[in-house]
Amino acid sequence: MMKQPLVQMRGIVKKFPGVVANDHVDLDLFAGEIHALLGENGSGKSTIMSILAGLYKPDAGEILVDGAPADFGSPRDAIDAGIGMVHQHFKLVEPFTVAQNIQLSERDGAFLLSDAAIRQEIKAFETRFGLAVDPDAPVWQLSVGEKQRVEIVRMLYRGSRVLILDEPTAVLTPQETAELFVNMKKMAAAGCAVVFITHKMNEVQEVADRVTVLRGGKVSGTMLCRDVHAQELVWLMVGREIVLNAERCASGQCGGEILSMKNVSALNDSGRPGLSDLALSLRAGQIFGIAGVAGNGQKELAEVLTGLRRTETGSIQFLGENVTGMSPSELIARGISYVPEDRLGMGLVPSLDAVENMLLKSYTHPEYSHGWLINRKAAEAKTAAVVQQYNVKLAGLSQPVRSMSGGNLQKLLLAREISEHPKLIIVVYPARGLDVGATESIHKLLMELRDQGAAILLVSEDLDELMKLSDRVGVMFGGQIVGNFPIEEVDLEEVGLLMMGLFRPKEERIHGDGR
Amino acid sequence: MAMAVKLEKRLNPSAAMNVIVPLVSVLAAFVVGAIFLTLTDRDPLEVYTAMFKGALGSQYGLAETVVKAIPLMLCALGISAAFRMQLWNIGAEGQFYMGAFAASYLPLTYPQLPIWLMLPGMALLGCFGGGLWGLAPAMLRARWKVNEIITTLMFNYVAILWVDFLVYGPWKDPKGFNFPLTAKFPASAALPTFGDSRIHVGLIIAVVLAAVFWVVFEKSRWGFEIKVIGASEQAARYAGMNIRRNIYWVMLLSGAVCGLAGMAEVSGIVGRLQPNLSPGYGYTAIIVAWLSKLHPAAILLVSILFGALQVGGFFVQTMGVPASVAAMLQGAVLFFVVGGEFLTQYRFVSSRKEVA
Repeated sequence: MMKQPLVQMRGIVKKFPGVVANDHVDLDLFAGEIHALLGENGSGKSTIMSILAGLYKPDAGEILVDGAPADFGSPRDAIDAGIGMVHQHFKLVEPFTVAQNIQLSERDGAFLLSDAAIRQEIKAFETRFGLAVDPDAPVWQLSVGEKQRVEIVRMLYRGSRVLILDEPTAVLTPQETAELFVNMKKMAAAGCAVVFITHKMNEVQEVADRVTVLRGGKVSGTMLCRDVHAQELVWLMVGREIVLNAERCASGQCGGEILSMKNVSALNDSGRPGLSDLALSLRAGQIFGIAGVAGNGQKELAEVLTGLRRTETGSIQFLGENVTGMSPSELIARGISYVPEDRLGMGLVPSLDAVENMLLKSYTHPEYSHGWLINRKAAEAKTAAVVQQYNVKLAGLSQPVRSMSGGNLQKLLLAREISEHPKLIIVVYPARGLDVGATESIHKLLMELRDQGAAILLVSEDLDELMKLSDRVGVMFGGQIVGNFPIEEVDLEEVGLLMMGLFRPKEERIHGDGR
Repeated sequence: MAMAVKLEKRLNPSAAMNVIVPLVSVLAAFVVGAIFLTLTDRDPLEVYTAMFKGALGSQYGLAETVVKAIPLMLCALGISAAFRMQLWNIGAEGQFYMGAFAASYLPLTYPQLPIWLMLPGMALLGCFGGGLWGLAPAMLRARWKVNEIITTLMFNYVAILWVDFLVYGPWKDPKGFNFPLTAKFPASAALPTFGDSRIHVGLIIAVVLAAVFWVVFEKSRWGFEIKVIGASEQAARYAGMNIRRNIYWVMLLSGAVCGLAGMAEVSGIVGRLQPNLSPGYGYTAIIVAWLSKLHPAAILLVSILFGALQVGGFFVQTMGVPASVAAMLQGAVLFFVVGGEFLTQYRFVSSRKEVA
């Protein structure tokens, strides 16, 4: 392959406050290839593509298009250079028709819009690439898959030779995915370079010619797909030295069953199945770690358990009581606590001060109220005590919490939840965005809580964290727990494959639904 | 190297800005008003002096200022309840009219009632009428997420036309020479006034209500719920608060207080139901509530200022200046307050643009 790459990215560096999202990334894209970009959440896939699409400016490095240096000041510049990106969240005008949406990106900027010409071109894309869209349908009536096609047609209409698809299959049904792959192959055959971002192994093997794996903002490997084995990709993606039992604390004695979920199904925000027939059991004094790529039902699981999301089918037993369908306040009263992914906004209110945030769930408790009035003094005393006990650093008890650092916010949030002595606590991505010190103190708090006999459901995307804290590890994929191991039997490679939806362990295959 | 001015979000809007911005906004509005007056060959200083002399310089003017301020106080308090929860009730005008209508029912139907039954009954009906008029949009919002800005606004027109219908039709005074007015209320239906001025006990009600509001919204458990829901609905849901129920209660309260304003106006000032009861109190009260940052004590003070603007507007008519000068100033004040709001949230910083 001696021809010149269509796009060359050389030594791209992009820093965001606190993180290096891209650390000297090199990437070549050739005309006619389908190039997969593989990596975990936060590995820098989306950032490098946003740089190529002109959304971000790199801090260092250069981009060459057809061998000539390009400097993209805006997405417009990238589009003019023939680079188009289809984002996960579509950028279409819902009340407009398909043709109008495509006209929005009129290249030559003629004053009068030519209706017939645009129809002809849309038709042409259909015959060439199988991208069937009805030009007269209003966009709001279209399915997700159809909207995606409109986005792709729009990019082609703008003259894109490089087409970037950001996790295109995340929103599609299997049939739509298959269709998309056929179309992608046609586009590549016509000389486009198609880049798609994914974290699903099987898709890489199914459609891509080459794959680049990113880990922690760096390229950990670029290879031809036919030369590579799935295990190798998994290793490149998650591969790191797992510090096993270095700091593991002996788990306390496991107590009786606290939580039991059977056949639980729930919908996600877009009305598709988020949890399907999920079963889970949790004991007192146990940390149950949930591994999995974000978007496989973790959020839905947490919200079903806290009453924030409706359970469609199945039952949830908590301490022997059927709590299916109970409201958040009923579940809080029973001792179910939740540390959400969205710390500032859901778990804490940014514009309120520390005392008010401390009161968020307990403002009706008699110790903080004189009848219908709030006893601010008592709440202040409690907050001051908690802040000191958990070593939370803040500017003042009466300052809005929005100015606190991520680690201190998380400590305050966790301290509030722990001080209510929960029997079950659901903790989602507790250490995300925290530095080493803060992570360590959060972990210590969780282990102390476990030792006091609470059941902890720990959702994390960090395998090190799961290995360090969990007594059992479950892997979530497609709204189900597809693997469930005691910590001693966890095989990271197997967990990695399960996270990608590649295979199920034997015992699961016997009891499973054989999907 | 190029210098660029960027906007940066302030992490913690300073407390001082919360006082300075409204003050500067009012001043800026007067400056803009002055430009317009100059363009129409008036001496702005002379006009402004006349306005304030008229509104505040005599016992009569002062009393009239307070009379205009009372409905503003009540409506702005009502509005502030909803605004605290980020419910944009701009239907105070309609709730005012419905309160006036409901309160008028009692003296028109049972004119012989004794005063100790008549006035509390009218007040109760006024709250009821306004409250229901607030509850309907609340229901639409809570059940089907219908935008309350639109519904409360549209409900205003319905309420105003409903009162028009009554006074031009079924409730028209048969002895009224065909004027669109109801019969005069009996003396038992008039709120007591202070001395021989037109200031009625509505003033005391407003002051007491402001104090109650302060306690409820700053100190009570319910006030805390409202605060959390207003700040983050997601956090409120997470904390187990019932958002739907609070939408109902808050809009009911908001509407009831605006309805009480309507009752006070027909009972204390007009003495009958008639069209054009309000020169837009319900709308002006939105500006008052916003300028006061929803603080009850500030609402009382700002209402006096806006009452003075209105009375002053009448006075300058004698100089040949249209009374709508007052309306223009009110509009300009709101414009600058909303614009100034931006400065409490953001600040300008200059930055050196990196050239790659």
